[in-house]
Amino acid sequence: MAGSVLEIKNLHVSIEDKEILKGVDLTIKGGEFHAVMGPNGTGKSTLASAIMGHPLYEITEGSITFNGEDVLEMEVDERARAGLFLAMQYPSEISGVTTSDFLRSAINARREEGDEIPLMQFIKELDEALDYLEIDKGMATRYLNEGFSGGEKKRNEILQLMLLRPEIAILDEIDSGLDIDALKVVSKGINKLRDENFGTLIITHYQRLLNYITPDYVHVMMQGRVVKSGGPELAQRLEAEGYEWIKEELGIEDETVENA
Amino acid sequence: MTVETKLSFDKAYIEQFSKDRNEPEWMLNFRLDAIEQAEKLEMPKPDKTTIRNWNFTDFNHEFKTGEAVSSVKDLPEELRVFFDEDKAPENLIIQRNHSVAYASLSEDLKEKGVIFVDLLTAIREHGDLVQKYFMTEDGVSVNEHKLTALHAALVNGGVFLYVPQNVQIETPIQTIFWQEDPDITLINHVLVVVDKNSSITYVENNLSHNAETETVANIITEVHALDGAKVAYGAVDNFAAATTTYVNRRGIAGRDATIDWALGQMNDGNTISENVTRLVGDNSTSQAKAVSVGRGNQTQNFTSVMHHDGKASDGFILQRGVMREASTAIFNAIGKIEHGGTKANSEQESRVLMLSEKARGDANPILLIDEDDVTAGHAASVGRVDPIQMYYLKSRGLTDDEAQRLLIHGFLDPVVSQLPIDSVKQQLKHVIERKIN
Repeated sequence: MAGSVLEIKNLHVSIEDKEILKGVDLTIKGGEFHAVMGPNGTGKSTLASAIMGHPLYEITEGSITFNGEDVLEMEVDERARAGLFLAMQYPSEISGVTTSDFLRSAINARREEGDEIPLMQFIKELDEALDYLEIDKGMATRYLNEGFSGGEKKRNEILQLMLLRPEIAILDEIDSGLDIDALKVVSKGINKLRDENFGTLIITHYQRLLNYITPDYVHVMMQGRVVKSGGPELAQRLEAEGYEWIKEELGIEDETVENA
Repeated sequence: MTVETKLSFDKAYIEQFSKDRNEPEWMLNFRLDAIEQAEKLEMPKPDKTTIRNWNFTDFNHEFKTGEAVSSVKDLPEELRVFFDEDKAPENLIIQRNHSVAYASLSEDLKEKGVIFVDLLTAIREHGDLVQKYFMTEDGVSVNEHKLTALHAALVNGGVFLYVPQNVQIETPIQTIFWQEDPDITLINHVLVVVDKNSSITYVENNLSHNAETETVANIITEVHALDGAKVAYGAVDNFAAATTTYVNRRGIAGRDATIDWALGQMNDGNTISENVTRLVGDNSTSQAKAVSVGRGNQTQNFTSVMHHDGKASDGFILQRGVMREASTAIFNAIGKIEHGGTKANSEQESRVLMLSEKARGDANPILLIDEDDVTAGHAASVGRVDPIQMYYLKSRGLTDDEAQRLLIHGFLDPVVSQLPIDSVKQQLKHVIERKIN
């Protein structure tokens, strides 16, 4: 079977009784790279958090399925073990737990008891990924995200992505706060995963990330909905012309959710 | 349970006990004087914990020997985990019940004049040294309260460690206090004297198996670090649920001396624990780090004190507690700077993590300062597991239990990682694992 399918239908999501997503439809298949773009405050990160099961977000309507299974019925960890991954915009700092210990636990969580990853194999894979992402080896023994710079946190998210090998990954503003060199390295890591079994949903409001990771599909979100979809050329037009033309085309005055 | 105020040990009993141990007269008199005081003295009053109904005074004091072991390989599995595989510690005493089951001290240390023997032997063979430091006004006094006096009168185990001047010892010195029989009582005294400019690492374990048979442990440690001495003191306490424990570990640091504590306080029963460091000498320093995991219905009270007398002394208290189920614990941290202790620095941090609705924990920071030219600081927090951290960990596939496990280990790591011997560190992790599963 070539690739998994994440299917989002008519998704409505609220936070503290305020509706943020107002009917999102999106299907991501293995092998496909999707980009979701849009100005700030239009619901992009809410979509990412809702897919993963963030405790503060409430799904009020619609469905998310993964290979036909109801994702909304799954616990957060079940979603992860099923093959979903979210690279977070603001990863938690976990004091006292080293990046290395955490990664090994996360890898083993996907394996059967008694079939834990051999230590040497783990170290080899970790070292290779650290090298590939040009991360200082010392990060492995530092407490997870504690005292990391913004760029280090993003690289660490991609490190986790590379080692955990999910089927569908959602990358929530993985480019924010990165300088151009870091952006190139992070993109290199994501591109390395590209094959027919790996699909991704890249959330960004800058086109520049898409200079390094070419999406197959580009979607624009406004007012808590996907208002326009297209190919890579759509991202380029957004870069050149901004979002105004879409607003005009659709008769939208304020694109954010707040005042919608 | 009602507790009788009348003690069940009289002078005749103590005379016989002392005679059976062939003790010198000074020790007999010391015991007799102590039992007299024990009758009159009050119980200790740990801050914010009521111990009125705890039994510390009615117990079986019978002296029970344990079988000797010829090699650490003959020990049961739960004791073998204290050691590195295939490498028996060079300097080790195992006390099984009340007698020594195993003892070794390297030739090198013997030649350097190091004394490391069980306390009852030390009282007979090194009387002058023991008498000079054992429960004096400088350390833990007999008359502090009923339990210190009772301890002095009835002490029935422990070790004596003496390091002469200018001896640097890198190999750790290790003791295991193994209460094999459920119904006996450990009244152990650990007396550590490190003479001028010497340094050691000492680690001990306390272990019992009496999940149901009720008994008492009354443990006192005195560490004398003379001028310029450095002592790293590690401990993993693991008394079973039916032991009511009083444990008092005290350090006295001379000029330029250092005493660092790393305590894994993993008892399953009710516990009062005091860890007091007296920074007597100028420029003396101490770090007192302690962790605890509470479970079941146990109630515990931890008091960690830095007492600054000397000038420019530096003390740091770090306490971490995880409270599960219906357990309760109070963490008192006291930094006391006496008049004259100029340039002293007293810092403390106590943090409590509560894992259930019924668990109760409190951190109680206290600074008592009688000098102007000093620095001091405190941090304290009591909280629950952060749901956003849980979400993050679970989003990588960790189950609820695994994520919580990682967070607990992480929370305790600042202390656990400080334990001076790797095998003991692993053993503490092991005990923590058992207490959180």
